[in-house]
Amino acid sequence: MKAPSSTPYLLAALSLAAALLFVADLAFGSVRIPLAGVFDALTGRQPDPAWSSIVRVFRLPKALTALAAGAALAVSGLILQTVFRNPLAGPDSLGIGAGASVGVALVVLAAGSAAGSAFLSGLGLAGYALLSVAATAGAFLVLLVILLFARRVENGVTLLIVGLLVGYLAGSLVSLLVYFGSPQKVQVYLGWTYGSFSSVTARQLPVLFAASALGFALAARCSKALNALLMGERFAESLGVRVKGTRTRALLAASLLAGVATAFCGPIAFLGIAAPQAARRAFRSSDHAVLLPGAALLGSIFALAADIASQAPGGGSVLPINPLLALIGAPIILSLFLRGSRERGSAQ
Amino acid sequence: MTRRDAGSAFLTAKGLAIGWRTRVESPLAAGIDLELGPGDFAVLVGPNGAGKSTLLRTLAGHQAPLRGELSLCGDEVGRLSVEERSRRAACVFTDRFDPGYFTVFDIVAFGRYPYTGARNRLGERDLAAVEGAIGAVGLGSLVGRRLAELSDGERQKALIARAIAQDCPLLVLDEPTAFLDAAARVEIFHILRDIARFSGKAVVLSTHDVDHAIGYAGILWLMDANHRFMAGAPEDLATSGAMGRAFDGEGFRFDLVSGAFRSIEADEPYAIGLEGPDGISRSWAARLAERLGLVVQSGEGGLVKLGSVSIAEGEGGPTFALRSADPAAPVLEAASYAELARLLAALIPERRGPYR
Repeated sequence: MKAPSSTPYLLAALSLAAALLFVADLAFGSVRIPLAGVFDALTGRQPDPAWSSIVRVFRLPKALTALAAGAALAVSGLILQTVFRNPLAGPDSLGIGAGASVGVALVVLAAGSAAGSAFLSGLGLAGYALLSVAATAGAFLVLLVILLFARRVENGVTLLIVGLLVGYLAGSLVSLLVYFGSPQKVQVYLGWTYGSFSSVTARQLPVLFAASALGFALAARCSKALNALLMGERFAESLGVRVKGTRTRALLAASLLAGVATAFCGPIAFLGIAAPQAARRAFRSSDHAVLLPGAALLGSIFALAADIASQAPGGGSVLPINPLLALIGAPIILSLFLRGSRERGSAQ
Repeated sequence: MTRRDAGSAFLTAKGLAIGWRTRVESPLAAGIDLELGPGDFAVLVGPNGAGKSTLLRTLAGHQAPLRGELSLCGDEVGRLSVEERSRRAACVFTDRFDPGYFTVFDIVAFGRYPYTGARNRLGERDLAAVEGAIGAVGLGSLVGRRLAELSDGERQKALIARAIAQDCPLLVLDEPTAFLDAAARVEIFHILRDIARFSGKAVVLSTHDVDHAIGYAGILWLMDANHRFMAGAPEDLATSGAMGRAFDGEGFRFDLVSGAFRSIEADEPYAIGLEGPDGISRSWAARLAERLGLVVQSGEGGLVKLGSVSIAEGEGGPTFALRSADPAAPVLEAASYAELARLLAALIPERRGPYR
């Protein structure tokens, strides 16, 4: 692939933007901390113990979560859009988000008194851990079904329909659980579906980062084959790509990334579809060697920006991430589409 | 097809049965024997549903044969890995795809996929192969253009260049001239024939352009409506009547004189005589008459002769004089083909067709 000469500069610029947003995310919040204070807190020279603990215990894990989850969802979406050759594919359309929701809904709404009361009594650490495990389990259960079909089904579009159906199935289970759940429990469940980067503690962070890193590594290994797959499965096969094997590995990476991000942060749907779209247009490229890092960076940027925006009201109240992301992101993507449609030719 | 040792053939099939593997063994076509070697240019024709695409997919190893032997460069196709196959047979299929931001260069560079490492870096040899392939199809001026911006013909050429860059002994193309305009079709046939002729590859393609197939094919492969496979020189298959029978249909026939399919008029056709020197004007006047459903007849025949046209070469082009078979009618003059067409059409008695 011949990448446009601007690609390295754009990657550098996006990295810088992500870094700036990361620092800004540490500074903004109900308690505004000046940048110097943020740096002092990070380096341990901060004399004010309150600022120090706010930055290190709350904001740093939150910003790191946004960084990792944003990138994970974006890369997951990129892979799914390529494998299904459908620009509308995302972690949602595979039913991965729905699978995670079933896990969470089961724990929150249907579990016996022990787990249920853990949530109702203020969502302790144990409660969150259980939530994460349940969400991951739900996401992976869906993944197993998809992978089972991926080995048998020849056609990516059929597989997309399988994903949609599994998603509906999971969605209806959640609906039933919500229907029969008690109002307080439903409230807790709904809270999770709004999406948040702040529920990951410093102790859980390594899990999120390790799983994400594994997913990125898997995706990077498929990068060459994904390019060929973009041109169609028969095209790829005639180039010597083992289509089913590649598809299985790529879907494994996508599910891992989307599953772990959803488990920790809630079903954040928008990022997975929007970030890959934005990356293609920003880099004017279809090459996965460029798009994988590009989409990851843009995903992180979107997530950090959304997290900063969610602190905007001040006074301790925080806006939910999920609606916020769509509210800010959708117009941006729409404007990209408008600009793109003026150029001749379509790029998915 | 020249005789040669079995060892030098790129592709050999013996007793091949093709089709989809179902519960009941029901091959689409069976008993196919064929051979392709260096420099062979085979064109596969046949009506829709005859099994052309299935045959090409099977030959390229994308679909397992139901029975029979099929070897690619000396090895049984089924035993080759996907990677090994991709270095022996390059295929261009008709699948639609969205080229996204890929440029002509990117697309052609896909041909080097089987040879590059995990990071897909193109070495000197790869770059030379890509450039050579782009030159072979004449897309040199469009290297950096996005495929999405190109015409269908240029797109098809880029995909063919990709297959050339893949540097395989065998090139398999499924309907590479579909959706292309007349000029692009001729160009594609020309390019592919030259590849076979000058690079020593074997090229096989399927097409619905019967006249180009007859005009270019070194070997014509014919699959008829009953899935029978025949191979031979185009002239042999055309004159033996195999060509006409393959496209089993009502209302048209394979015209041996012109080498093309012609519709048969519902009624007994009328005839017209043509007088004048052989040349461009006479041959186009004959085409005009045929287009109106008339048979051009020199002497007296069993058909009802409506009259005769004499052609004279004038300053501004040919002029025509139409003498009706009715001796009482006046001689009518025409200064253009359009006028001649009007005069002839007026002469033809009202016919009963399916639309009236």
